[in-house]
Amino acid sequence: MNLYAIRAIYKFEMARTFRTLLESLLSPVLSTSLYFIVFGAAIGARVGSVDGVDYAAFIIPGLLMLPLLNESISNAAFGIYMPKWAGTIFELLSAPVSAFEAVIGYVGAAATKSLMLGTLILITARCFVPYHIEHPFWMAAFLVLTALSFSLFGFIIGLWADSFQRLQVVPMLIMTPLTFLGGAFYSITMLPPLWQKISLFNPIVYLISGMRWSFYGKADVDVAISLAAILGFLALCLGIVWWIFRTGYKLRN
Amino acid sequence: MSSEPIVSIQGISKTYASGLQALKKVDLDIRRGEIFALLGPNGAGKTTLISIVCGIVNATTGVVVADGHDIVRDYRAARAKIGLVPQELHTDAFESVIATVTFSRGLFGLAPNPAHVEKVLRDLSLWEKRDSKVMTLSGGMKRRVLIAKALAHEPRILFLDEPTAGVDVELRHDMWQMVRRLRENGTTIILTTHYIEEAEDMADRIGVIRKGELILVEDKAALMKKLGKKQLSLSLQTPLQQIPAELAALPLELSASGDTLTYTFDTQTDETGIAELLRCLGAHGIDFKDLHSSQSSLEDIFVSLVRGAA
Ligand SMILES: Nc1ncnc2c1ncn2[C@@H]1O[C@H](COP(=O)(O)OP(=O)(O)OP(=O)(O)O)[C@@H](O)[C@H]1O
Ligand SMILES: [Mg+2]
Repeated sequence: MNLYAIRAIYKFEMARTFRTLLESLLSPVLSTSLYFIVFGAAIGARVGSVDGVDYAAFIIPGLLMLPLLNESISNAAFGIYMPKWAGTIFELLSAPVSAFEAVIGYVGAAATKSLMLGTLILITARCFVPYHIEHPFWMAAFLVLTALSFSLFGFIIGLWADSFQRLQVVPMLIMTPLTFLGGAFYSITMLPPLWQKISLFNPIVYLISGMRWSFYGKADVDVAISLAAILGFLALCLGIVWWIFRTGYKLRN
Repeated sequence: MSSEPIVSIQGISKTYASGLQALKKVDLDIRRGEIFALLGPNGAGKTTLISIVCGIVNATTGVVVADGHDIVRDYRAARAKIGLVPQELHTDAFESVIATVTFSRGLFGLAPNPAHVEKVLRDLSLWEKRDSKVMTLSGGMKRRVLIAKALAHEPRILFLDEPTAGVDVELRHDMWQMVRRLRENGTTIILTTHYIEEAEDMADRIGVIRKGELILVEDKAALMKKLGKKQLSLSLQTPLQQIPAELAALPLELSASGDTLTYTFDTQTDETGIAELLRCLGAHGIDFKDLHSSQSSLEDIFVSLVRGAA
């Protein structure tokens, strides 16, 4: 195990994070605050409560997940795309570093940043709503697993992308609709039966549902299924990364 | 020098995804501790060959063994021994010089050693710039940063892909000074260059690659001797119409104006035939007022090789 390499990559990526910390944390915090004002305060006052949870509190797990997913993907994708684009990836390719080690370094750093963001959003939410977390351990577990697996997913996108457009296409065209339809702002039981069925094909539903369970003990789908879904996604992403490094796909000519 | 090669390239071919065959069954052994210069025109496959040994490009066929380690099966051990200064100036933009060099050392699996990093930076006159962001440096300075990064993990084998492209005279001089120092410490150096006089100055052996084929590998001295032709030019007292028939058998050439005779001979043979030539000229009453001899440079050899077989 090349621990020094993992540390070097992690430090390098964290230095990049801290260089742009303010910009990259400010905008998610700002948009989360706007969601709270619009959905929580303005609309929430009329909606009342969902599943016995006050609406403003009900949307917190979803509002935590939205930026977490997006930032994990874009941060990790950017982290590995940049060296490819600038050509500095040659050094990683010529170094005695295994795929696994590179992934720990890059994805670990991206996930760390996501967790910092998640913490900040929880604090921001606190300014608006005095929520309470029923299962703090599981909340933390979902937070970490989501940050990790979606950073890994972002890493794959960064490896796959060969233009800035492609880098943005997945977050924009796939993640935005999936997260908006993922039950951040509503319980899927509020949907007509057909849409409820369709929603079950949306993986984000399981994540948000699991997160909401850890907050309030209420979920759209069984929390065990949520946990299985995210672990399955993590395993799938790990498999893809392993394959990419083994074959050199898009990395080595 | 041990007889065991430090890098052994066996039957390496490379066909890029585009279908272009960049290397055709290249076999090459690099000797421990030597400076090997790889020459060849643009697009000959020099960078491709280096990239394969360093693990950046996958070979289509063939095997490379670096210091006893297969570069694919045993990539960790192999790559730890190898340093690469790439042809292109691929550097991080926002990192400081010292951070990027320290990063390289860690990436190659070595414990931090600020003293070594400082030494490398001082050797390359980068110490004063250690806290500057890499993007604020000039091109030549960036080249030094790349060299510093390659040396950060104390490689036993160093690849320099056109290290002196776009580099001023002073840095070039410093660089060769450094290459010599590295060689004295036992580092094996493989370099490519388009400045043939550099290869002539620096290299122990020379390889010429053309259209993906290694067409020649030779000790520099032997190469110069073997292929180096000498010419003796005689400025005649009175111009000649033509070379006298008795002298036609000799390798003589008369200039268009008829006032210069050029005699070409091989440096390899002990008998140059000059004495005989001068006797003959005297016998025919051909007087000359001046003479000088010239030896073809590596550049001439290179050009004739690359053209000749084209
Ligand atoms: N990634 C790539 N995809 C397709 N073809 C490539 C790629 N990289 C290089 N080539 C081709 O392979 C051939 C050899 O290129 P290479 O860079 O090895 O040449 P070189 O000897 O280093 O040339 P130069 O002196 O210009 O640096 C060229 O024809 C080049 O166009
Ligand atoms: Mg080249």
